[in-house]
Amino acid sequence: MLKYIIPLVLFIIMAVFLGVGLTLNPSEIPSPFINKPAPNFSAPKLNAPQELLTPADLKGQVWLFNVWASWCVSCRSEHPVLNDLAKLNAVTIIGLNYKDDPADAKKWLGSLGNPYNISIMDQDGRIGIDYGVYGVPETFVIDKKGVIRYKQTGPVTVVDLQKTLIPLLDQLQAEPQ
Amino acid sequence: MKRLLFIFILLSGSCYAVDYRQLSDPKQQESYETLTKELRCLVCQNQTIADSNAELASDLRRQVSEMLEQGKSKEDIIQFMTDRYGDFVLYKPAFKGKTLLLWIAPIAFLVIGLMAVLLVIRSKKAKEKLTSDAGALQRDTDKQKKIRSLLNNGEIS
Repeated sequence: MLKYIIPLVLFIIMAVFLGVGLTLNPSEIPSPFINKPAPNFSAPKLNAPQELLTPADLKGQVWLFNVWASWCVSCRSEHPVLNDLAKLNAVTIIGLNYKDDPADAKKWLGSLGNPYNISIMDQDGRIGIDYGVYGVPETFVIDKKGVIRYKQTGPVTVVDLQKTLIPLLDQLQAEPQ
Repeated sequence: MKRLLFIFILLSGSCYAVDYRQLSDPKQQESYETLTKELRCLVCQNQTIADSNAELASDLRRQVSEMLEQGKSKEDIIQFMTDRYGDFVLYKPAFKGKTLLLWIAPIAFLVIGLMAVLLVIRSKKAKEKLTSDAGALQRDTDKQKKIRSLLNNGEIS
């Protein structure tokens, strides 16, 4: 009897491990940033390169930090969703134009619409490294105290917006400064 | 032969595909080379940043070389990278609670395997002994039967 039970138990254990393995997404890397202060930067604005933006300028408001580039294919699918979000006026949207040519970036916003309150430039990718960016687009949600509360890698979809982002933004907007 | 040579040439090219950085201090150069081989490129996940051609890998190589030139230690740089990308960026994961299974499991499986082999050998030996004992007993009874029949019949063959 034991002769049959042992292989069966081994098989079930292996099946469970492999089954769990199938449901995991290996490209999703847990972010070490959740509940940590947003890393500092001081970057020129895309539309006014002589002006600099720092996270301190945004203290007291909830903001969405969206990493995008004109060369990024999935940013194109995400863009209409961000345009919709911008229309709701639920949050300040800051764009990080990552490793991009400013002329291309402006052309892109001109033709597809500009959901960003401000876009800043990160031409050599240093701000990207400080935010642990590895796959564009990425989206961070930062609260009124300047703490990162949520991060999404990959394009934001309408479902993400409805199920995750908007409820979270409502909750963060209700928090005291 | 020509075709083989062609394949070799194609393969050898890939070794030099990545930009090469030379640091002035040989010690820093050594740290640079070990560090870039220990850090994972997060875009092409099964390559180190020393191997990868991805833009992010090249940015991270630049970051490593700059930090070394600033006199940062290897530990500082590894800390800098894990602060940003998590433990995942390390090809050799740190030994701690979360990664304990990763480190212990191979040794545990080896021990389990050795124990299983020992058990199998033992049970086989026990079985063999049993059968040989039984064989000896059988021979003994055969002899006794023979003796008895000899005694009874008084015949010597």
